[in-house]
This record gives sequence, structure tokens and C-alpha cells, in this order.
Amino acid sequence: MPLTLHPNITDPDGFYQELLDAHEGKTKADSDALNARLILILANHIGDRAVLRDALEAAK
Amino acid sequence: MVAARYQTAVTLYPYQKVADQAASTPARHPVVIIGGGPVGLALALDLGQRGTPALVLDDHEGPGLGSKAICFAKRTLDIATRLGAGAAMVEKGVVWSLGKVFHGDGKVFEFDLLPEDGHRNPAFINLQQPYFETFLFDAIRRAQAGGAPIEVRGGNRVTDVRPAEDQVGLTVDTPDGPYAVEADWVIACDGARSPTRDMLGLSFDGRVFEDSFLIADVKMQAPFPTERWFWFDPPFKGAGQSALLHKQPDDIWRIDFQLGWDIDREEELKPQRICARVDEMLSAQTGEVPEYALEWTSIYTFQCRRMQAFRHGRVLFAGDSAHQVSPFGARGANSGVQDAENLAWKLDLMCNGLAEDALLDTYAEEREYAADENILNSTRSTDFMTPKSEISQVFRNAVLELAARAPFARPLVNSGRLSVPCVYDGLTLFGEDHLDGPPATRPGTPAVDCKLGQTFLLERLHPGFTLLAIDADTPEQIEAGGLLARRLELSAQTNPLLAERYLGNAPSAVYLIRPDQHIVARWPTFDHEAVKRASHIAIGKAAPCP
Repeated sequence: MPLTLHPNITDPDGFYQELLDAHEGKTKADSDALNARLILILANHIGDRAVLRDALEAAK
Repeated sequence: MVAARYQTAVTLYPYQKVADQAASTPARHPVVIIGGGPVGLALALDLGQRGTPALVLDDHEGPGLGSKAICFAKRTLDIATRLGAGAAMVEKGVVWSLGKVFHGDGKVFEFDLLPEDGHRNPAFINLQQPYFETFLFDAIRRAQAGGAPIEVRGGNRVTDVRPAEDQVGLTVDTPDGPYAVEADWVIACDGARSPTRDMLGLSFDGRVFEDSFLIADVKMQAPFPTERWFWFDPPFKGAGQSALLHKQPDDIWRIDFQLGWDIDREEELKPQRICARVDEMLSAQTGEVPEYALEWTSIYTFQCRRMQAFRHGRVLFAGDSAHQVSPFGARGANSGVQDAENLAWKLDLMCNGLAEDALLDTYAEEREYAADENILNSTRSTDFMTPKSEISQVFRNAVLELAARAPFARPLVNSGRLSVPCVYDGLTLFGEDHLDGPPATRPGTPAVDCKLGQTFLLERLHPGFTLLAIDADTPEQIEAGGLLARRLELSAQTNPLLAERYLGNAPSAVYLIRPDQHIVARWPTFDHEAVKRASHIAIGKAAPCP
């Protein structure tokens, strides 16, 4: 499945709030570490190297 | 005069005066190998066993002092076995397969280089480099006794190299003064600081890593298991950013500390300072400091670099002289020995007039490709172990934290990707894959070992080219383009491992395999024209028109 840049998350506001909640009260260093773990976990879930490459490109 | 550049561990080939030194015109040798380290000795042995004279010139009289390369991989052992030195290495070496990775106080995970069934040699042994060289030299002595034309001259330092169109002139210094020789081919196996490379004014480009590592080899009777222990951010004082503990023969333990770039070398090499570090590390394991003695210490920094071309006319470079990698992954000596075996059969065919000059270009093609692969792996390990930016440190630590609780992150942990042989996918000398067989034995791969009754497949392959016929009819031998391939006939009907490794779903197979045991091409059944075509390709000749 190719990388989608179209809306794909149900309840976008709810997700966004959960993302911010996860960082609530954290220092910059702890937040950076959380983000890094999250990226690695999501990247592994996607797995497909082509999709990951496209995502890296799209994020630049 | 030949002044020592380093101390030797043992005298193997003491200087002796030879007739060449008194010759009025320089003696001519087919192959002169500069440097009698692991690469030079393996090359000389391989050539000599094929009947091609090999002269090794080394400016010392034995291997240098110190453990140096300690980790020898299966492919190297397979090569050494073919050369008659493998059994002694495995017997003396420490066989290991378990590794533990720690991050600070906690264990992140452990791995087992699960030994597969049906291989003669283990995945890895730890063995001090002087032993490795000594066992190769013992095999040279045995080969010499059997008539192999190998000569090793110690105390002979090459001081000038003069490449010409039809030969290479060499000036050699000795305790009795200089003399001259000529060679058809010169192979520089003279290490990372290769004097030959400098004499020819050739560059050695790459990346210097700004880090220093302290090696402390200690002798002790310790209750640690035979495992590779690696710490990121070790919890014991003064250990630096990473540390390694690994066992060698003779109750010697390799301890490695990553100290960073900005250090006072002289200060850090003081025994009391090294001992303080070692004390901290060992007492963190056992609660007390066991009795130990420092055996060998050294501080190294490293580079990942290679020569742009491994071949310069009649001068070829092999091993560290041609390419240098970080030590993580044991890709230095192991890849050098593979250089030697790649070059040996090609030089042998050249010296016997059975191949054209272009065959030696493929040495450079294949081994430059391998060097790039090794440098890539080694650079990636280094980038993981020594994060170069704040964000790479963040990701590195995220990987380590996740690895402790989620299996997916463990393959991302990189404390060295241990040396495996290069697969020459799609390179010039490799032919067609018409079998639809297992990928592990596709053209370009080194043949995978397999138990055959009381022996092993790799030992049954012929010294020259092999036509491996598994449940297939082929002639006893085939000659094409100057290449002679002899048949090895096997059946997989009662050997499921052989079927798994060489047939896949096919009922039969025919493989053409090179003298260095790499697979050239494979087919489901014998097709004379196809095998002839592949035979031409395998030695760099144009295939005959169909």
C-alpha cells in the first residue's frame, strides 16, 4: 500500500489530544526520547521500506 | 640494515642469506608477496599448493606482538581448512556463539549466533593473531615438505618498487645489505600503513572517526562464561561510552573501552590507570577484583577507507593495505583472507597462461565491492556506537530502551555486524541462475557447507573448478576456454539438508563452482552449451557465439 497523505485517522482531534497528553509535563529530553520511540514503533509497524522512504521524504 | 618497526611475538622465519643476494642479474620470480601477515601467508600457501611459486618478503622474522585481530569468522576458517590450517585454529581457538548486550545497568537482550547444522566450522572463534599466523606458517612448512614452491624470507625489507610493462623491479634491504629481484606480479599485503602504497604514491582515502579505544588484554582465571558482553554507556567508572569483554585462548580476556577523542594517550596507557578501569569493570561483575595481569595494551583510533583501485598493473593490493575498516564486526583480517583466496586461483591461472589479463581486473572488481560492503557495515556500527549528533544519540538510546522490552528493536542494535562473506551478485564472472533454487546458493554466493556422511561438502569440492551434480547426469569433466571443471556427484535423496541448501523444490541441480568456492551458475539439469558459456564467463573470457 503506498503512503497516504490523505486523511486516514478517525477522530483526528481525539488523536491529537492523546499525542499531546503523552508529552504532558515532560522535559524536552524526555519528550525527544518519547518521540524517537514512537517513530521507531510506528516505522516497525509499517515495515514496508518504500512507504518509510516516502514518509521520510514527505516529512522533509 | 633492517631496523625493527615493532616487536615480534615469536620467530617463525629467521633471516637467512639466499643465492638471490649474490646474483649478478636480479632473479626473476612469478609472484612476490610483500608482507607475511595473515593475508600474505594465506596467499602464499594457496598459490604454492596450486603449484605456482610464491616468494614472501617480510621485514620482520615473525608475527607482531599483541593479540590484534582476535575474531575469526567461519568463512576464514573454511578457507584455512582448505589450506590445511583450519583444524589447528579451531582446536586452539575459543568457540563462542552467545552474546549479551547491556545498556547502563540493565541487560538489553542476548543473542545466539545459532550454529546451523551440517557445517564443519563454527560461526566464530576467538584466537590471537600470532597463533593464526603461526598455524598458517606451520601449514606452509608442511606444504614445503611436500614440494610446494613457497619461500618466506624474513628480515627482507622492500625499499623500492619499480613497476614496468613486463615486470616489477624490487630493491630489498637485508642485514647483509640490499639486493634486487624482479617479479611478474607483486602483491602488497603490507598492512594499513602499506609502505608499498606510499612508494608508489597512491592515496588511501576515507573517513577518520574521532574516537579512541583502549584495549586491555588481561590474563586471569575468571568465572565469566564464554560470551561476548557489550555495554553501551557502561555503569562502571571510567569505562567511557562503551565497553567489551570477550574471551581468548590461554585465559586471556579482551577488554575494550571507548574513551572518546580528546584524551592524553600517554597518560591513558599508564598501567595504573588501565588497571583502575579494569578493576572497576571486573568488580562490577563479581563484587571483587580477581587476580589478573595486563598482557597487552594499546590505544587505537580508526579509519574506514580504501584505495580507489586494488590493481595497479602488475602490483595488486590485498588486505589492510587496500582497505581499512573499524574493528567492529571483525571485518579486517577476515576480509583480507578472502582477498587472498580470491586472488590466488586467478594468479595461478595467469601464471600458467590459462587466463587473460582481464581476469586480474575482476580481483579488483570483486574485492573493491566487498570492501565497500565491509566499510558500509563498519561505518553504520560506528555511527550507532558513537552517535555523531544530539538527535542520533536520542534515537540510539530509544532503540536500546525499546530493545529491552520489544523484540522488533533488537535487530536495530548495532555493536558490530559480524563478518560474513560478500555475495558477488551480478558481477562480471558470474553466470545464469536457471534453477529457481534456494537464494543462499545463488550465483555469487560462497558455497554453503553441508554434512555428507563422514565428510563435508566444502572439503569435497575440487581445488580447481567443480561441476557439482546433485541427482543429475553430467560428464566426469568439462573443458572450455582453458578451464577444466571436474565433477562431484552427489545425491540428495537421503540427505534432506543438501536438498534444502542446493535444490529447494527442484528434483536435481548442476552447479559450476570456482576454486574459491563461490558459485558461478546453476541449472536444473546438465546443458553442455550453457556450462561451456558459464565456464568462459567464469575466467573472464568472451563466451563463444552460440
